[in-house]
Amino acid sequence: MMFRMTAIVAGMALALAGSAEAQTPRKGGTIRMTAPYGSSFTSLDIHTTQRAQDEIYAKALHRSLYTWDSAEGKPVPELAKEVVVSGGGLVHTFKLRDDAYFHDGRKMTADDIIWTFNRIMDGTKAYPGARYVRIIEGAAAVEKGQAKEISGLKKIDDFTLEMKLTEKVDPGFYFFTALTSIYPADEGAKDSFIQHPIGLGPFKFVEHVPGSRIVLERWDKFYKPGKPYADKVIVSIMGEAAARDVAFRNKEIDTSVLGPAQYVAYQADPNLKGTIVEVAEVFTRYMGMNPAFKPFADKRVRQAINYAIDSDLIISKLVKDKAYRATSWLPLTSPAYDKTMKPYPYDPAKAKQLLSEAGYPQGFEFEWTTSQNESWGLPIVSAVIPMLDKVGIKVKVKQVETAVLAEVVRTGDYQAFIYSQQSGPDPLAALKCFHSSTPQPACNYMNFRNPDFDKILDEAGQADDSAKRTQLLQKANAFLYEEAPVWFFNYNKAVMAVQPWLHGIQKNPTELTHQNTEELWVDDTSPAK
Amino acid sequence: MEAVEGRKKVPMLSFLIRRLLQTIPTVLAVVLLVFVLFSVVPGSIVSSMSDDADPQVELRLKKQLGLDDPVHVRFGAYIAKLATGDFGTSFRTREPVTAMLAKRAWPTLQLIFAAMAFSVVLGVPLGFIAALRPGGLVDSAAMIVAVTGLSIAKFWLGLVIMYVFALKLGWLPSFGYGDGGLKYLLLPALTLGVSPMALFARTTRAAVLEIMTADFVRTARSKGMSETRVVKWHVMRNALVIILTTVGLQFGGLMGQAVVVEKLFSWPGIGSLLVDSVLQRDIPAVQGSILVVVLAFLAINLLVDLLYGVIDPRIRYA
Repeated sequence: MMFRMTAIVAGMALALAGSAEAQTPRKGGTIRMTAPYGSSFTSLDIHTTQRAQDEIYAKALHRSLYTWDSAEGKPVPELAKEVVVSGGGLVHTFKLRDDAYFHDGRKMTADDIIWTFNRIMDGTKAYPGARYVRIIEGAAAVEKGQAKEISGLKKIDDFTLEMKLTEKVDPGFYFFTALTSIYPADEGAKDSFIQHPIGLGPFKFVEHVPGSRIVLERWDKFYKPGKPYADKVIVSIMGEAAARDVAFRNKEIDTSVLGPAQYVAYQADPNLKGTIVEVAEVFTRYMGMNPAFKPFADKRVRQAINYAIDSDLIISKLVKDKAYRATSWLPLTSPAYDKTMKPYPYDPAKAKQLLSEAGYPQGFEFEWTTSQNESWGLPIVSAVIPMLDKVGIKVKVKQVETAVLAEVVRTGDYQAFIYSQQSGPDPLAALKCFHSSTPQPACNYMNFRNPDFDKILDEAGQADDSAKRTQLLQKANAFLYEEAPVWFFNYNKAVMAVQPWLHGIQKNPTELTHQNTEELWVDDTSPAK
Repeated sequence: MEAVEGRKKVPMLSFLIRRLLQTIPTVLAVVLLVFVLFSVVPGSIVSSMSDDADPQVELRLKKQLGLDDPVHVRFGAYIAKLATGDFGTSFRTREPVTAMLAKRAWPTLQLIFAAMAFSVVLGVPLGFIAALRPGGLVDSAAMIVAVTGLSIAKFWLGLVIMYVFALKLGWLPSFGYGDGGLKYLLLPALTLGVSPMALFARTTRAAVLEIMTADFVRTARSKGMSETRVVKWHVMRNALVIILTTVGLQFGGLMGQAVVVEKLFSWPGIGSLLVDSVLQRDIPAVQGSILVVVLAFLAINLLVDLLYGVIDPRIRYA
């Protein structure tokens, strides 16, 4: 009996020791990630591209003033040790890290940040990050060529930077993506930079084989002690889901983004089920309705459409549950998401009643512009058509390429369209897309104008108390639910298969493939150890 | 003797010059066609580069990319640059298109030559063997292989090949370029080469069968020439002209088909560059990629025309 007890205790101790060891990050090895959104990277100058594909490698190579903390669910300072807010919330003083080195060995200073933001505001280049930097006072003047330097940026000393904003917002939401990555001053302007980029990230550039891969290796002078863990990161471009599937099963890659069909297959396979990582991303899928098209000018018609579509059925049968039902605009992972809200129920009778009240008892016909996207394109439209037909609404489908759809929604050249739009992480910025002051080409694609909504949102923007701000944002979100400028379809559930030997994956709701690579490590069961 | 050689070289040289001059209108027509097509199809690079609120930004971007000029002005400027060997600058990467193409050309050539080698080495002998015993077991089997090879979709075939050779047998990597070595080249080349292999088998079989019944072959046999010599000196030589024509045409076809294979296997060639450039309306990159494909096609076919004269001296460079 005594021997049995000793054996059990010893066994438990061994198991605990084993588990502790398993959780201790291992140094070395290669992380093999995949870039699934196309056949190439756009550019090695990350300031020029806003594609999610490019930020996958940029997260390893570059650093911005802030980074997204997936555990906290918010942006946190990355290149600053301390941020002091003054001037009624408009002035942010950054105490910068004095241990951040570029990959050419030079220490980062405030000059690099000022140089980078001035570069992004070069109006002749139209860098996509300009829409974020524009929040700094004087940035717009540089963009228009009226000033040479952003007046709202002031170097106090090499490691202290003062930033004056035009609005009382959290700059973290503006400066955490790779679009505002900090470049080494002057180096970034050289022609050679585009061939051999230099950043502040945990891995430095080694090689780019266009259309195939980017290889990066550990930067030993990275400022986080002991990090990164891995020796190397390889990001392979794999746009074909079926090819990724074979490579993942063959243990040639460590991560693979899954589509609806693969999601079902992986869930059903006992060997692969455990590899699935999923997160509610900050993207809302919806059908936008143009108020300039007479029937859609009536709120009751827009609500009728929400009642007429069995969204749950489509999500379950067609999207294979790789999405969460949308209640209103703000997604599940938004800090202002209201859990008590219920989505529009499937109620064709109510839809018919609303249509009659709006003066369309026999329904009407509209043109629906769509891409071929499997999760928010033609297959969804095809499933919705008979549901709308049931309440008398006929649909004429207009199919276009994704690039064309982007232009259609910006120009307002549609009666209705189906789309996936970023609806976070900043709830205020997401809801601002419906503010009257936001032009249609920016993100107010439905040209939504409602003074009552504007008032709520303006109040939220001015609120100092975060609880009050959240409450007002929830009110604005509920307002949108009532106004129904769109058919609220779903929030994307991002799904990625991760090999069991890769650890430290962060459930990043802004984009699951965007990983802070310094947190990742591979254990010794990895074939690329 | 030297005078005779010189006389042979003169028509060949003038033929070459004439053919090179003929490529100019072809190239211009292709460039014009692509230019006009991309001017009328909806969608613009500006939409994918910036979803900015400020319409001024969009205007500036258009101006910077030269998209605010009328089509004929843009076309004229492009042709003027092209004449100096400048393919323009990519809208997306802001790199010179020639530099982008230079990086992609070798992998594409590797893939196409490997696929072509595989298809010729297997397809031509298969067609020969089939034709020598028409209606026999080998002939039937060869033709089943040929028809199947021609019918299979490349995407599906590539996945099956990946599944078998990478996942099940573990012999080769399923994707990627690696160090550009044979290990990485085999599966994409096999995928790309199956269809032309089948075509070569069928073409060779048909050509050999036709030549075998030709008068000059009958005459050779009646003179007592052995069957091996008949096949070697008369049948093979004459069939080669037809095979060579098919090879030349297939080169162009393979460059087009490589798009699917490159994308599937993450092979860094011109095909995958073309796909992304079309989707993002990167007109200079599209123009450059198509131009390279067209030029390669014309060059290969010119080479084939020149080889005709070597294989069969009766063919003149007219």
